[in-house]
Amino acid sequence: MDQGRVGFFTDTSVCIGCKACEVACKEWNNVPEDGLDLLGMSYDNTGGLGANSWRHVAFIEREVSLDREAFREREASVEREAALEREGSVGHAASLERERVDLGLPAFELPGAATGGETRSDFGWLMSSDVCKHCTHAGCLDVCPTGALFRTEFGTVVVQPDICNGCGYCVSACPYGVIDRREDDGRAWKCTLCYDRLGDGLEPACAKACPTDSIQFGPLDELRERAERRVADLRDEGVTQARLYGHDPRDGVGGDGAFFLLLDVPEVYGLPPDPVVPTRELPSMWRYAGLAASALLAAAVNAFWGGR
Amino acid sequence: MAVGETPAAARETTRSYYGRPVLKAPVWDWKIPAYLFTGGLSAGSALLGAGADLTGRPALRRAGRISALASLGVSGCLLVADLGRPERFHHMLRVAKPTSPMSVGSWILTAYAPGTGVAAMAELVPAGLWSRLPPWVRWGARAAGLSSATVAPAVASYSAVLLSQTAVPAWHEAHRQLPFVFTGSAAAGAGGLGMVCVPVGEAGPARVLGATGAVVELVSSRVLERRLGLVREAYRAPRARRLRASSGIVTAVGLAGAVLARRSRVAAIASGLAMVAGSVLERFAVFEAGVVSTKDPKYVVEPQRRRLDETAAVGSPPASEGGPAPIS
Repeated sequence: MDQGRVGFFTDTSVCIGCKACEVACKEWNNVPEDGLDLLGMSYDNTGGLGANSWRHVAFIEREVSLDREAFREREASVEREAALEREGSVGHAASLERERVDLGLPAFELPGAATGGETRSDFGWLMSSDVCKHCTHAGCLDVCPTGALFRTEFGTVVVQPDICNGCGYCVSACPYGVIDRREDDGRAWKCTLCYDRLGDGLEPACAKACPTDSIQFGPLDELRERAERRVADLRDEGVTQARLYGHDPRDGVGGDGAFFLLLDVPEVYGLPPDPVVPTRELPSMWRYAGLAASALLAAAVNAFWGGR
Repeated sequence: MAVGETPAAARETTRSYYGRPVLKAPVWDWKIPAYLFTGGLSAGSALLGAGADLTGRPALRRAGRISALASLGVSGCLLVADLGRPERFHHMLRVAKPTSPMSVGSWILTAYAPGTGVAAMAELVPAGLWSRLPPWVRWGARAAGLSSATVAPAVASYSAVLLSQTAVPAWHEAHRQLPFVFTGSAAAGAGGLGMVCVPVGEAGPARVLGATGAVVELVSSRVLERRLGLVREAYRAPRARRLRASSGIVTAVGLAGAVLARRSRVAAIASGLAMVAGSVLERFAVFEAGVVSTKDPKYVVEPQRRRLDETAAVGSPPASEGGPAPIS
């Protein structure tokens, strides 16, 4: 029963790093706590995806060299517009405008809001909520020897916990390093794209909880269109770094069911820049193994009947 | 130039998320490289046992058949013990999946085990009893040994595909050489064990198989290292390098002994043991290199980044590095 493929579009340009997705995922899916470690890197104490973290919010602190010229120009134009507006409504606004008197009270402005581009530090944040990519050509699914991993009617990739025998093959086959074996449990776990919720017509818990719609859930082709409009808009606004990741069905995994809008190269977010499903080389691997097997048989025959 | 990006400076070190690995390290421990060895040892021994049966070498036949079953038994224990849920080992036979070398391997072992078992059981029948048994029992034992020897080359080589069919850079990139390293190592190990167990008079084929295997193992292992790109560094990481170096040395010593000292039983035992040790160390070295290559993001990021840059340079207009990725 094919329901049409669904997925996630995670627009990191509006992620505020609140981690509501991480919490909602754990709550809904009963994912166990996995140690309260302070990792000492930024505000991220989850570290990465794993058996007990199916959503992971990455925080990237980085130096950004601001284009100060452009910044000043923009500020100037904003001021000019404001001035024009003031002139247009003389008498009303102008009469209210008085010179400010400093009373020594604490300021109520947002930090940095009142200052010009000159005083801004060369520092920026990137935040991104990572998740299983639900690949079109999924390495984990290909190698699973028990059939525990399967492709659902929604086009997602899910582990059946009652089948998985914890062989660990999927862990090494995932080019994104997503799926992992839970230590005390012995089985492999990862995001199910809330398979149980999808069945009831609900959106996944993380998307539901996301307050900025950074995580968007929907039919994959619809999400892809939306994502391309979004990246085009962002570039028009001057965010030249905006790019899509995992949206292209021609990439090494046939496109991701969960793809992203990123503001820097993927590796900065801990994502592989050009992942390829290991299965792509499989025919060639078997060919070489066949050659090696024949060589072994030949060596054995030679050992007995080589005639010396 | 895009904001905040200077390609030269950015490329000096691999960019990553706080240096954290992109991939998950294999959850497998020492039991898997140990199995790679015992599986290969079993396969090589089965070949020796069947060949000895056909050419009338009873001592070698006996040693081959029994060590094939013994190492297969150990292999089974290691494989089941490495599962997160050992009691569910039989789930391996729920499906047959050509895309999963582990599934293929499970079926290969399933085809391999009965013949290996029956042939070894025949060796346990007391010599005096054989004359009183009907002739089909003897033929049955031979057929069983042959069936096991037919599957044996697959047993020795599939495990290389099992490792290569992963995202682990040091295993995946080596998929052309790894099967030869593994079958070479299997032949060297089984030949070595044959030399240890069988008197020199009958051990000729074991010596030849072991020596051939040792040469293949030594050569293909060097070729492997030479052909690899950046990930070769993983094979040169401290522990992997030590394992590889010691494997090379003891295998070479064993090879020299097998070729030069053909008449001395002591020399045969010593060089046989050396080849067995070389085979073990080889598997652990390959395994270790794979683990190392998952822990440093550079083995994942750098080759992929280079690939992307090359495609960008060839295909689309010169999209400046770090600039907007093309929208499809």
